[in-house]
Amino acid sequence: MTIQPLVRARNVHKAFGHNEVLKGIDLDVAPGEVVVILGPSGSGKSTFLRCINHLEAIDQGSIEVEGEQIGFRLDKGRLHRLSGRQIAAQRRKIGMVFQQFNLFPHMTALENVIEAPIGVHHQKPEEARRLGRELLARVGLADKENAYPRQLSGGQQQRVAIARALAIRPRLMLFDEPTSALDPELVGEVLATMRDLASQGLTMIVVTHEIGFAREAADRVIFMDGGHIIEEGPPDQVLAAPRHPRTRSFLSRFV
Amino acid sequence: MSSPATGEQAGVVRLPEDALRDVRLAHAPFPFDRVALWTVTLAIIGNFFYICAINPNFGWPVVAQYFFDPTVMKGLSVSLGLTVVAMVLGIALGLIVAVARMSQDRLASSLSGLFIWFFRGAPLLVQLIFWYNLSTLFPRISLSIPFGPTLASWDTNTLITPLTAAIVGLSLNEAALMAEIIRGGLLSVDKGQAETAEAFGMTRARALRRIIIPQAMKAIVPPTGNQLISMIKATSLVSVIAMADLLYSVQSIYNRTFEVIPMLLVAVFWYLLITSVLNVGQGAIERHYTRSDRGSLAVPKKAGAGTTGKGEA
Repeated sequence: MTIQPLVRARNVHKAFGHNEVLKGIDLDVAPGEVVVILGPSGSGKSTFLRCINHLEAIDQGSIEVEGEQIGFRLDKGRLHRLSGRQIAAQRRKIGMVFQQFNLFPHMTALENVIEAPIGVHHQKPEEARRLGRELLARVGLADKENAYPRQLSGGQQQRVAIARALAIRPRLMLFDEPTSALDPELVGEVLATMRDLASQGLTMIVVTHEIGFAREAADRVIFMDGGHIIEEGPPDQVLAAPRHPRTRSFLSRFV
Repeated sequence: MSSPATGEQAGVVRLPEDALRDVRLAHAPFPFDRVALWTVTLAIIGNFFYICAINPNFGWPVVAQYFFDPTVMKGLSVSLGLTVVAMVLGIALGLIVAVARMSQDRLASSLSGLFIWFFRGAPLLVQLIFWYNLSTLFPRISLSIPFGPTLASWDTNTLITPLTAAIVGLSLNEAALMAEIIRGGLLSVDKGQAETAEAFGMTRARALRRIIIPQAMKAIVPPTGNQLISMIKATSLVSVIAMADLLYSVQSIYNRTFEVIPMLLVAVFWYLLITSVLNVGQGAIERHYTRSDRGSLAVPKKAGAGTTGKGEA
């Protein structure tokens, strides 16, 4: 237990106005671990994910990624708020995949993938393009590099979005309900891509409703409800023999 | 799913008549009504042009004589030059004002709001006259530290010529109008795009330049084309501060020759010619910024409510 966790969240609180969404989340994610967060709508799981890369600022507590506190710097016992530019630098090691894909619609698939590597990580264009093509091939879209997002199906768009997130060589990947906006017959191709990544030792935090994915790919399942983590453990324990009644009633709907 | 049925399907009865009913075989009746309408419309329009052409009051020979007159050419170049300069400055300043207006920073957004309120609200003619007569309000313009020493000082009359007054007046007014057009364009871009750029560690400037503005252009170009055409005509206002633009130059000719209508026609034809060229240019720019919209196949299925999932899940 001496390995330093990649993600370390302590007592994270977040409210939107009077609506308290996160009520004290503690979580450690080890390097290479695949954590799946389950829970009903409104349980705060997406918000927590967005707090990890500071898309939402937390109100209380702290979040560290690779030992660096997100949004702040502890210096000689005093905590300093980071500038926008410094926060942007912190985000560069975290890849994110969104529910609505959020591909850049005015760029082709390959341009989407190489935008951040060239513009943010200062890779050489030829090098970025080579890596970009490799990543598109890895998600099964080698022949679509010149297609615009609108010319792709939802599943293909999400796979381009995954390739785009991988292109920055992230230390951590965040998936925010990556299959919730997809037609049922397209969910499988995206989950297959994600399973592939999980088996390659990438650290992943996945917010999803796909119990099957949690069972097969997760190292650990977190169950959230009402802004709390109410149960966590290996998938066969949490999914097959949940202890908490809320977990049990949630899971019963998926049988 | 909905592809045409291949092979035999149980229970489907095909009649011999079905082949004849195939809609591909349908032939259209001759459109007598459309042809008649076209003929009448073209006849009326043609007749109108003919009446104008043979009407001596229009003074067509005078129009032809003065169309490329050096005075007119000089006025035309002033109008075009002013339009280009004021438009470029207006767009550049308008972009800054628009971004400032949308900023979280209260100081920036209030200042830009004030700027837009004044320069959009006050009549352009009055603004031009004010700039031209600035020397009566402030005889000297100085650069100094507030309540402190003066660093540099200029005589207002040498600084403000008709040209500088025209450029400053037109640009500031244009900047206020363009700021609102650009702001509208920036607002039209899905918020998820800015968020994604942010999540990838892009700076705000880069996100604007690479992600937001290219998508906003679709909404910005058409009203900007409008602005450009209005601007060409608005330059005729500078004749009040003794700038010899296109309208001023034809006026100076008809004040001499009393051929008012033919000379105004010269101006009108030049304005129409320029706007026609601009329309073609605008079409090309619009096609450039909508190229990713063509050949759409699948539109992603939107998941219920709360698409960005703020308080969701």
